[in-house]
Amino acid sequence: MNAIIDYFKELFKGIKTLLTGMKVTGYYFVHPKEIITQQYPENRKKLKMFDRFKGEVTMPHDENNQHKCTACSICEINCPNGSIEVISKQVEKADGKMKKELDTYIYKLSMCTFCGLCIKVCPQDAIVFSQGFEHAVFNKEKLIKTLNQPGSSLKEKVKE
Amino acid sequence: MNFNIYDFTSFNQWIDKLLYDNLPVFWAMIIEMTLIGVAFLLFYALVGLFLVYAERKVCAFIQNRVGPNRVGPYGIFQTFADFIKLLMKELIPINKADQFLFNLAPFIVIIASFMAIAAIPFGKGLHAIDFNIGVFYVMAVSSLGVIGVLLAGWSSNNKYSLIGAIRSGAQIVSYELSVGMSLVTIVILAGSMQLSTIVEAQRNGWFIFTGHVPAFIAFLIFIIASTAETNRGPFDLAEAESELTAGYHTEYSGIKFAFFFLAEYMNMFIVASIAATIFWGGWMPFHLGPLFGEWTTGFNIIMDYIPPFFWYMGKTMVVIFIMMWFKWTFPRLRIDQLLKLEWKYLLPINLFNIILMALVVLMGWHF
Repeated sequence: MNAIIDYFKELFKGIKTLLTGMKVTGYYFVHPKEIITQQYPENRKKLKMFDRFKGEVTMPHDENNQHKCTACSICEINCPNGSIEVISKQVEKADGKMKKELDTYIYKLSMCTFCGLCIKVCPQDAIVFSQGFEHAVFNKEKLIKTLNQPGSSLKEKVKE
Repeated sequence: MNFNIYDFTSFNQWIDKLLYDNLPVFWAMIIEMTLIGVAFLLFYALVGLFLVYAERKVCAFIQNRVGPNRVGPYGIFQTFADFIKLLMKELIPINKADQFLFNLAPFIVIIASFMAIAAIPFGKGLHAIDFNIGVFYVMAVSSLGVIGVLLAGWSSNNKYSLIGAIRSGAQIVSYELSVGMSLVTIVILAGSMQLSTIVEAQRNGWFIFTGHVPAFIAFLIFIIASTAETNRGPFDLAEAESELTAGYHTEYSGIKFAFFFLAEYMNMFIVASIAATIFWGGWMPFHLGPLFGEWTTGFNIIMDYIPPFFWYMGKTMVVIFIMMWFKWTFPRLRIDQLLKLEWKYLLPINLFNIILMALVVLMGWHF
């Protein structure tokens, strides 16, 4: 007797779970606004990528043309592809001390795999991923980028 | 000439009379057969292309995508472009294949579906051939397609093809039983195997309503079993692309592959039309029986204004949509689950259901 009850229990349980699945897909079928596909070339103007999107590595500068990079080269050491090259220079400060400062931050986009290790290890949070993904250019040389803007300097830390 | 969109009988008789009066019997018959064949070929191409498009759109909406939308408005010409591409593709010869059977297999598959569609009533008088054993004939020829599938798998000389074909054989042998039994349930209610009589018997209410509980169970079983019989949906073990590359048609390319592809969709269309004809009244408009009172006469007359062909196509499309819904919702069954579903659930329920239907008909409990 128990076997018969189990048989029908299993049968109706199966039907119920199938109907649950069909309810979900049926809901999506009649709700076209749930569609998540981006119509890319058409909506290029108002396309907004999500926050965690890994576009390309950039170095944000503030309004005084100052960045946060101290040229410590940790990103260069951590880059698996060798796509980052940090060139530093010695600058004499007002108090007569010599200090290492960033000269050029070379980023080779053509070699980058967007793993994000450089951004993860940066102690100063000087580099971030941008949202841009349209990397196509006509010349390979254009993929070698200098991230620090000309004439930029290190942003001094505010003493607390 | 007397063309009437609600009743094609006189129009057909007019063509028939015209041919037989002016030509020898032999040529009149040949021309008639050619006309019907060309009409069906045209219908096949259009319905096949439409179904592929519909499947891609339904699948896309269910999966939160847009689907084809580049070729023409809403992508309606996408399948035409795909079809032209398939026609121009190279037919790759397989060195160690059994050439004769390899070339024969796609034709068997397509001819089996072509034979089945001949018996289906599309409207009043719009019927290629009206057998008195229509249901039996459709069951017989629609199961011929599996021979093509088995031949394709065997002659390809490829392990994936062979495994796919054997799975397909086991599947169709099992599920053919359920399809037949569920149709027998309705044949008991209708008291006839002739499809035109079955449709006519549903004038005052479709069988799924007049046969209530047993007819509804039979309908569910028919939908499940016929989905399995067409190698579709959660039962697509024969071509399980994640396990068997493409199953029995792995080695086919170009137009031969297109034949298998077309046959799959046309088989779906055929089983959907049988479901619509047997359970939902085929081309018969939705009528309320005398049980509901006097006011239904007006309602029935309004329903009669919609031409029967549209009723037929509408019902068929609803059944096809349900089968597509199945396909894009459920995960594929394992072979043991497939056989368990048939032999432990569908078949015993079906046998019990036939007895129930016999009892209902005997006691006059149907409407």
